[in-house]
Amino acid sequence: MLKVTDMNVYYGAIHAIKGISFEVNEGEIVTLIGANGAGKSTTLKTISGLLRSKTGGISFMGQDIKNMPPHKIVELGIAHVPEGRRIFSRMTVEENLEMGAFTCKPQDIPPDIERVFERFPRLKERRRQIAGTLSGGEQQMLAMGRGLMSHPKLMMLDEPSMGLAPLLVYQIFEIIRELNRAGTTILLVEQNAQMALSIADRGYVLETGRIVTAADSAVLLDDSAVQKAYLGG
Amino acid sequence: MTFLYQVINGLQVGSIYALVALGYSMVYGIVNLINFAHGDIIMVGAYCAWLAMMKWGAPPWISILFAIAFCTVLGMTIEKVAYKPLRKSPRISLLITAIGVSLFLENLAQLVFTANPQRFPTIVTLPSIQLGSRQLSATTIMTIVVSVFFMVVLSFLVNKTKMGKAMRAASEDEATAQLMGINVNHTISFTFAIGSALAAVGAILYCSAYTQLSPLMGVMLGLKAFVAAVLGGIGSIPGAMIGGLVIGLAESLTKGYISSQLADGVVFGILIVVLLIKPTGLMGRSMNEKV
Repeated sequence: MLKVTDMNVYYGAIHAIKGISFEVNEGEIVTLIGANGAGKSTTLKTISGLLRSKTGGISFMGQDIKNMPPHKIVELGIAHVPEGRRIFSRMTVEENLEMGAFTCKPQDIPPDIERVFERFPRLKERRRQIAGTLSGGEQQMLAMGRGLMSHPKLMMLDEPSMGLAPLLVYQIFEIIRELNRAGTTILLVEQNAQMALSIADRGYVLETGRIVTAADSAVLLDDSAVQKAYLGG
Repeated sequence: MTFLYQVINGLQVGSIYALVALGYSMVYGIVNLINFAHGDIIMVGAYCAWLAMMKWGAPPWISILFAIAFCTVLGMTIEKVAYKPLRKSPRISLLITAIGVSLFLENLAQLVFTANPQRFPTIVTLPSIQLGSRQLSATTIMTIVVSVFFMVVLSFLVNKTKMGKAMRAASEDEATAQLMGINVNHTISFTFAIGSALAAVGAILYCSAYTQLSPLMGVMLGLKAFVAAVLGGIGSIPGAMIGGLVIGLAESLTKGYISSQLADGVVFGILIVVLLIKPTGLMGRSMNEKV
C-alpha cells in the first residue's frame, strides 16, 4: 500500500534520514520505533509531504506521491496525526473536526462528526469548547478524531502516547487496534516500543536515520538487542 | 454636545483605522509579516477611485468597485511576486521587502500622478444632521455605517465559512493546516485579497472625509492603523476593530480637548505604552501553548 524506497532527508546540512526503505501493506499495523532524534517523525513528515526526500520514491496505492503537495496527499487517503497532537487550540472541538474534513463534501461532514463522537463520547460533551482547554488525553482523542474525518485508508500516528497517563495510553492503543480492525491501515511511530510492538504486526527499528532491524513484532519483542535498547530489558 | 460630536468624529476616523488595521492583523496572523506596503495599497485604492470618477467620468459606485477590485488584485500580486519567494527566509528579509514594496508604490505614484495632492470628489451628497450647535455630515454617519457593515461581513466570513476557518487554522499552525488538506498558498492569497479589499474601502472613506489624496497619504494612515493593530493585539481580528476605534477616539478627543497638534503624539504614545506594558495588546494571546 505504502512503499518508501531510499528516502534521504536533510535539514540544511544535517543528514537526518539516510536512505531508508520500508513498506506498509494494506490492513497492517506497522510501527517505527527508535530513540529520540532517530528520524521517526521526519519520516512521517516526508511521507505526508511536509518535508522532501532528495532521492528515491514514495508510492501510495501505486501512485507516486514524492513530490505532491501535502493537501493532495491527504486527498489520496493518508491522514497524519502529528506529534504533540497539534490541535487548533483556538478553535472549538467541532471546528477542529471540520478542519479534518477539509477535503470532504460539506453534506458528509455532520454524519462523520457524529461518528467520531460515537467513538470518542468525551468530545461530544465538549463539542463547543475551545480545544486548547481540553486535557492532554482529550486532545489526543481530538487529534485522532480529526484525522479520521478524512476517511483515511492509511493513518499515520506520531507518538500518540506522549505525555499521557498509563491508563489513557492503554485506551488510546485499544482505539488504534479498533480502527485497524475496522479497516484502516496504521503506521505508528512510538517511543513506547513495548506498547507499540504489542499491537503491531511488524516493526522497523530506526537508529540515527537508518533502519537497523526489520521484523515481525513478536520477533522484535524477543530480540535481545532491541530489548536492551528500547524495552528496558 | 461637543463631547458627543467629538466621539462621533472619533468613531468615524476610528472605523477607517479599524478597516486598515484588519489588513495588518490578518496578514500578520497568517505569515507573521508586518506588511508595511499595506498603507500604500490604501493610496492606490484612492487613486483608482479618483481616476475613475474624475478622469473617466464613471459613477461613484462603479469607481468604488473598480478601486476594490484593483486593490484586491494588487494585494495578491504583491504577495505572489514579492513575499511568496521569501516564505522560508528569515522574517527580517520579508520585512525589508515589504518596506521596499512600500517605497516602490509611493515613488511610482509620484511619477504617475506627481506629488501634488488632488481633490477627491464628494460621494455622499445627503444633507448633514444638526447636533446641537454643530453640523454632523452625512459622510461621517456613512463612514461608520459602511465600516460596521464590512466588519460584520468579515466576522461572518472568518468565523462561519470554510475559507475563513481555513484561514484561522493556517494562522494558528501552518504545517498542521496542510495536513488537513488545506492549500496554504490559496489561503494566504485569500488573506491578502481580503485585507487589500478592506484597504480600498478604507481609502474611499478616508478620502471622502478629508477630500484630498496624495502619493504619500498612506504613510500616516498606515502607521496609525498599525498602531491600532498592535494596540488590539496583532493577529487578532476583533482586536484590530477595537484598536482602531480606540485610536480614533483618542485622536479625536485629543484634538477636541487638548490640542490638535498633540493628536499624533498621543497615538504614537499609545504605541509606546502598549509595547512597554502589554506587548501582546488588548486581545492578543500569549505565545506559549499547551503541548
